[in-house]
Amino acid sequence: MRKGVIRPGHIQLRVMDMEEALKHYRDLIGLIEVDRDDKGRVYLKGWTEVDKYSVVLVESDTPGLDFIGFKVLNEKVLNGLKNDLIDYGCEVFEHEAGELDSCGRRVCFVTPTGHTFELYAEKEQTGKWGLAKINPDPWPLNLTGMKAERFDHCLLMGPNVPATKMLFSEVLGFDLSEQVVTPDNTIAGAFMSCSMKAHDIAFVECPDFGKLHHVSFHLETWQDLLKAADLLTMTETKKDIGPTRHGLTSGQTVYFFDRSGNRNEVFCGGDYHYPDHPPVTWKAEDLGKAIFYHELVIHPTYLEVLT
Amino acid sequence: MMIYRINIDGKSFNCPEGQTVLIAMTRTGNTFLPVGCCSGGCGVCKVIVLKGDYETKVMSRAKVSIEEEAKGIALACRILPASDLTICRVKA
Repeated sequence: MRKGVIRPGHIQLRVMDMEEALKHYRDLIGLIEVDRDDKGRVYLKGWTEVDKYSVVLVESDTPGLDFIGFKVLNEKVLNGLKNDLIDYGCEVFEHEAGELDSCGRRVCFVTPTGHTFELYAEKEQTGKWGLAKINPDPWPLNLTGMKAERFDHCLLMGPNVPATKMLFSEVLGFDLSEQVVTPDNTIAGAFMSCSMKAHDIAFVECPDFGKLHHVSFHLETWQDLLKAADLLTMTETKKDIGPTRHGLTSGQTVYFFDRSGNRNEVFCGGDYHYPDHPPVTWKAEDLGKAIFYHELVIHPTYLEVLT
Repeated sequence: MMIYRINIDGKSFNCPEGQTVLIAMTRTGNTFLPVGCCSGGCGVCKVIVLKGDYETKVMSRAKVSIEEEAKGIALACRILPASDLTICRVKA
């Protein structure tokens, strides 16, 4: 049952060289740089996003994920979910308003997979980038690169996926839209939605805590994916695979790496999910088909190359 | 342009100046090392340089510690040779 979590609202990613990272996320993927703070963090957004930003880059000697934030409906929902997390047994801590620019207070917890999540209710809304508030055009001029529309979801890897799935469904009200199950009926992959999207967050089992598999950005069409892949070659950016189709979610995809080794995806299409839909199930022994529906096999480094 | 010879576990390939060891390996059709992010982040192409001079581009500290770096351990996707090199794979 839905509990007032709206969407993945932001992600803070560690990169090893900020200027290289901006060439990648801003100039190649086409996110809009909107702000910088006194900690050296750079804030970006996809042009369709109404909130001020969704991607926060921070320089570090180790790439990977710092945290992912989900926006909730309002302060009352935030307070309720904070109590629910504490009652469930989570250790909860808070960041005060303004620690992230233009963002309200954030309620944080760590999942059994070792990932830091946070919930927040307030963020400045600057509107879709480059569009008028009244009588808007369908898209703005002066977009660059892949022209990514929005930050869409992440796939995170770590141990204890069944416990993490339970936390997200029971406390945060996410639906299990698709799952990968092992022959002994254990969930090895949980694709979860708090909206009509096929997934707003995904967890896949691996022995190491807190790993980032990929950060995904939404493009409009299959043709946009083709041109995104062209841009990877033009800019000598390391492609992982694609353009191709996923079995899971039936989305269309290109995977590639940023200049610090964090895996990115651009994708489009895919299934939708209503709260009364039973989860779509994939067998772990058919994982090749589930992940790469055309290739039917997973290349050796796909599940091992993580940050 | 200088061409350096990269020796790895008894086999070898050429690496033009300014190219990383891992890119040179893939361009010469060799598969001695696994290829991951090619950006110094994932660590699957970890090696130790036994002989030769080189520079490295930035590498994840979670994959190559300061102590390891001092011993000649590096990620092949970040190694720019400055001479012929003899390297050996290190399991990540």
